[in-house]
Amino acid sequence: MIEFRQVTKRYDSDHTALRQVNFALDRGELAFLTGHSGAGKSTLLKLVMVMERPSAGEVVVGGQLLNRLPRRQIPYIRRHIGVVFQNHQLLFDRTVFDNVAMPLEVTGASPSDIGRRVRAALDKVGLLSKEKMNPMQLSGGEQQRVGIARAVVNKPPLLLADEPTGNLDPELSADIMNLFGQFSQVGVTVLIATHDIALVNEMNRRTLTLDHGRLVAGGSPLMGV
Amino acid sequence: MGVALALPVALLLVLMSLEGVSAGWESGARVTAYLKLDVGVDEARGLLQEIESDSRISEVELVERDQALAEFRISSGLDEALDFLQENPLPHTLLITPEDSARTEAGVEGLVRYIQKMDSVERVQVDLGWLQRLNAITEMLSRAVWALSVLLAAAVVLVIGNTVRLAIENRRDEILVAKLVGGTDSFVRRPFLYTGAWFGLGGGVVAFILLELSLWWLNGPIERLAGLYRSDFSLAGLSFDGAFALIIVAMVLGWLGAWVAVKRHMDDIDPGEIA
Repeated sequence: MIEFRQVTKRYDSDHTALRQVNFALDRGELAFLTGHSGAGKSTLLKLVMVMERPSAGEVVVGGQLLNRLPRRQIPYIRRHIGVVFQNHQLLFDRTVFDNVAMPLEVTGASPSDIGRRVRAALDKVGLLSKEKMNPMQLSGGEQQRVGIARAVVNKPPLLLADEPTGNLDPELSADIMNLFGQFSQVGVTVLIATHDIALVNEMNRRTLTLDHGRLVAGGSPLMGV
Repeated sequence: MGVALALPVALLLVLMSLEGVSAGWESGARVTAYLKLDVGVDEARGLLQEIESDSRISEVELVERDQALAEFRISSGLDEALDFLQENPLPHTLLITPEDSARTEAGVEGLVRYIQKMDSVERVQVDLGWLQRLNAITEMLSRAVWALSVLLAAAVVLVIGNTVRLAIENRRDEILVAKLVGGTDSFVRRPFLYTGAWFGLGGGVVAFILLELSLWWLNGPIERLAGLYRSDFSLAGLSFDGAFALIIVAMVLGWLGAWVAVKRHMDDIDPGEIA
């Protein structure tokens, strides 16, 4: 699903975020991406989302080489990737329902289709009863779950999460990890960037560890599965 | 914005009205030939026939000196003063109307030269001078109006561009998220382009209303003034086509302004900023 081949990302001449990173994630695999802050976790996720382009090496997502993807094609790649952010990036000028509906609206889906799928996604994260509320009225954990519902509403084959449990207490974090586990069971590839080592150890899943831009553990596709 | 649109259109309307008037007068351009005082009536009639036979002439009218004096007596009100004159000071006069084809500036000049050369003609007068001046002024004004229109159109584009820029800033988060979940550039731009076009539509309608109001306000005095000058000059309002064109142009300008703003500001918003 994701494959990095000798990927290097250099920002300026003196700052190298990733150095010759090699790894591959299979369909339905759930993996963690850990490392100290500034180790390159965010850069790696940005490369998958085509927010950044690699300086060297190849990034392949869903069988498609992203290096020379034309700018116009980027939105179509992003439609196959759900993303969950630490600060969830919800819009407070609209209801929970409308927030979750955004990925479907950009594809021009019909209103009835949107209604059905948004409710299915909200049901999955247990927030169906709050669809008409403003995200501002929800708790931090609930807001994060709305973010997850938005990420999975168009059933993407790949789900990325950047510090999804950053601001949450351990109990809520475990809840959210369970949600990710369920998605991977139905064939979604999940990659979670986090520095919450306790949580990673508890889940006992494959873990990619970055240290100063180098992949120091979990690089081989078979390790830790 | 409505004002910016209304101003050039109002000036254009005034110009079009002026041009209509001068076109009407041009068709009435006549050459007046004053004969020498010692030319008799018979000779004048002979001259009339000679000039009438020229292919460039459509009509010639002879105003005999007695008739001219009688008319002058009525129109000038110098009735008693004229009685003191021992003889009629007015010559016979030929009023010559050229054919349409000879009514160009060069044609009229040729005609004037031809009549001037005749022995019994004292002086030829053409009422074209002030007409040419009016034409020159309207032409200069029309260029000035076009230049002004271009400037004001640019102003409209900038005003709408700025409005849309603010709208883009206000909805920055929404644009980011839309791009993040796979919204294409055109999907993200569309509502802003529509906003620009709607602003243009509003501006066009406001301009139209302003125009109609000021025309209605001005028409009474203008008719009175034109009446005093015995002119049928009147300010023509916008036709249906004109109003339609005004609103369409305004919408296009609005759309263009939005497009400029979107090009300059929205494409900068990159989802890379949040992750």
